[in-house]
Amino acid sequence: MSHATLSGKRPGGLRGATLPKWFPWAVAVGATAAGLGISAAAGLQSSIQWALIAAVLFIVGSYAVSARVEGRRQAKDRTATSMVWVAFLLAVIPLASLVWETVQRGVKVLDTYFLTRSMGVVADSEPGGGIYHALLGTLEQVGLATLMAVPVGVLTAIYLVEYGRGNLARAVTFFVDVMTGIPSIVAGLFVLSLWIVILKMGYSGFAGSLALAILMIPVIVRSTEEMLKLVPNELREASLALGVPKWRTILKVVVPTAIGGITTGVMLAIARITGETAPVLLLVWGTNFINANPFSDPQASLPMYIYLQYSNSGGEGPGYDRAWAAALTLILFIMILNLVARGIARWKAPKSGR
Amino acid sequence: MAKRIDVSGLNAYYGSFLAIEDISMTVEPRSVTAFIGPSGCGKSTFLRTLNRMHEVTSGGRVEGKVMLGDENLYGAGIDPVAVRREVGMVFQRPNPFPTMSVYDNVAAGLKLNGSYKKAQLDDIVEKSLRGANLWNEVKDRLNKPGSGLSGGQQQRLCIARAIAVEPNVLLMDEPCSALDPISTLAIEDLIGELKERFTIVIVTHNMQQAARVSDRTAFFNLAAVGQPGKLIEIDDTERIFSNPSVQATEDYISGRFG
Ligand SMILES: Nc1ncnc2c1ncn2[C@@H]1O[C@H](COP(=O)(O)OP(=O)(O)OP(=O)(O)O)[C@@H](O)[C@H]1O
Ligand SMILES: [Mg+2]
Repeated sequence: MSHATLSGKRPGGLRGATLPKWFPWAVAVGATAAGLGISAAAGLQSSIQWALIAAVLFIVGSYAVSARVEGRRQAKDRTATSMVWVAFLLAVIPLASLVWETVQRGVKVLDTYFLTRSMGVVADSEPGGGIYHALLGTLEQVGLATLMAVPVGVLTAIYLVEYGRGNLARAVTFFVDVMTGIPSIVAGLFVLSLWIVILKMGYSGFAGSLALAILMIPVIVRSTEEMLKLVPNELREASLALGVPKWRTILKVVVPTAIGGITTGVMLAIARITGETAPVLLLVWGTNFINANPFSDPQASLPMYIYLQYSNSGGEGPGYDRAWAAALTLILFIMILNLVARGIARWKAPKSGR
Repeated sequence: MAKRIDVSGLNAYYGSFLAIEDISMTVEPRSVTAFIGPSGCGKSTFLRTLNRMHEVTSGGRVEGKVMLGDENLYGAGIDPVAVRREVGMVFQRPNPFPTMSVYDNVAAGLKLNGSYKKAQLDDIVEKSLRGANLWNEVKDRLNKPGSGLSGGQQQRLCIARAIAVEPNVLLMDEPCSALDPISTLAIEDLIGELKERFTIVIVTHNMQQAARVSDRTAFFNLAAVGQPGKLIEIDDTERIFSNPSVQATEDYISGRFG
């Protein structure tokens, strides 16, 4: 009985009509043309409008055709696929246009001269000058922040995953969660009130890196925690059963197994704080001169340089070009960090195969 | 090298759950003792109390005495880390360290404890791999990752790793359950050789295996789910499989159980 009804529902057997491979592309081209046509006819100016019309036409069109030819289930599948593609394009467009814009405007003045000169004797309205002082400041501040945040963050995560039981662990987790949500300006104000107002230390790169470290720690704790949790318990037990003490097991078995992921997490945290402007503005103060010592006197930094150059330029002229070139440098710096992180993750990942 | 194990009045808990109750038995040196019994009766739990791995699980707690030679493993001032160097363990699923090469996996126990001389290490690694019947298969790829071996080779690698630290006792928790008949046979032969040097305790669900490799067999059972597991009897393997003194053992062995 049930067999009869089942096979009755599927007259086509195993084979069904299938649209050709180029079908989605054809629909996409058709939808784009129709979108352009409609907006031209209706006199719509904005490219967002025709793109949206095209996207809707693409989704609806592929559903309609596919429902007719292939059947409902395949049509739903095509709808889901088209929506994923549309969402992907929506996500990529701003990213691509941002990179394109930055590269296009940034390359004008980006050269070794720009990378090796400061703004010390150049007025903001004049051409020339460079970002050496800002690049140096950013490297030192981020480096110091990393030196402070990585041990604290990684050790906290190790405590939480390997040892943490009971109230202390719960409290630490809670505070890490709270720290994750701290706006960067608040971290800056905290260090300002503690380090500069109460302890009467001057503005310096180090004050900035304190705030950056506060922003970094929760990110590192979270990502390291996740990576350590991924290490199978069997490996810990195997090591313990060999008579290896727990701390050595963690150091030599657990952490090396997770090191790729931990490094990636650290690099992402660095990338996140490298672009921080607010705390740097409050604590590092900024200068046009080269100050290689992060522990005393104001320094410059890339995000602040971009902000100052842009806000003093009035939207054109040499300062404006320098701001874009500095932005391009910042993006390149973070991209290189990411590539390095991926390299390390791949190199250190647990090996399989022969 | 090999030492006698003497267990008396042993209870093991997970939190407040009593998993095994009042276990007493003696394991002779240089012999193979097999543990059999239905799933969940506490064989693994009991095995892990013998090298203080039970307390690694959160909530794990043990009462009673386990004498290794003339020392109580649960006595005051006993270092669990030192115990685990004396009593090695092979797990049900092969678990080589994925970041280490074949060589480093075997040397792991020595290297991680920092107590080795470089010159000796090569000898120990070769000896352990030969002992585990793996040398010929891996001698050309000692520097390749250990996780690149087949399942059976990985399990023998884990055995090599366990015997490299020269323990007195070797505990094996279903070492062949993930392996094909040929690897199983290789490991059973290996157990026969290893018992010349070590005291071996093996958990198995395979009756033929227990009959083949062990000198003595212990049968565990539990009254009902949620009740603690108990040792029903321990006797010479031949006797257990031909003429056990408890009816439940005979029922279990002949498959008339549950
Ligand atoms: N980590 C744990 N936490 C709580 N209870 C556990 C834990 N491990 C095992 N148990 C319980 O302890 C009892 C004994 O388990 P054990 O693993 O020792 O059984 P076993 O005889 O080895 O079974 P199998 O033959 O299936 O491996 C079971 O009731 C099990 O549910
Ligand atoms: Mg078990």
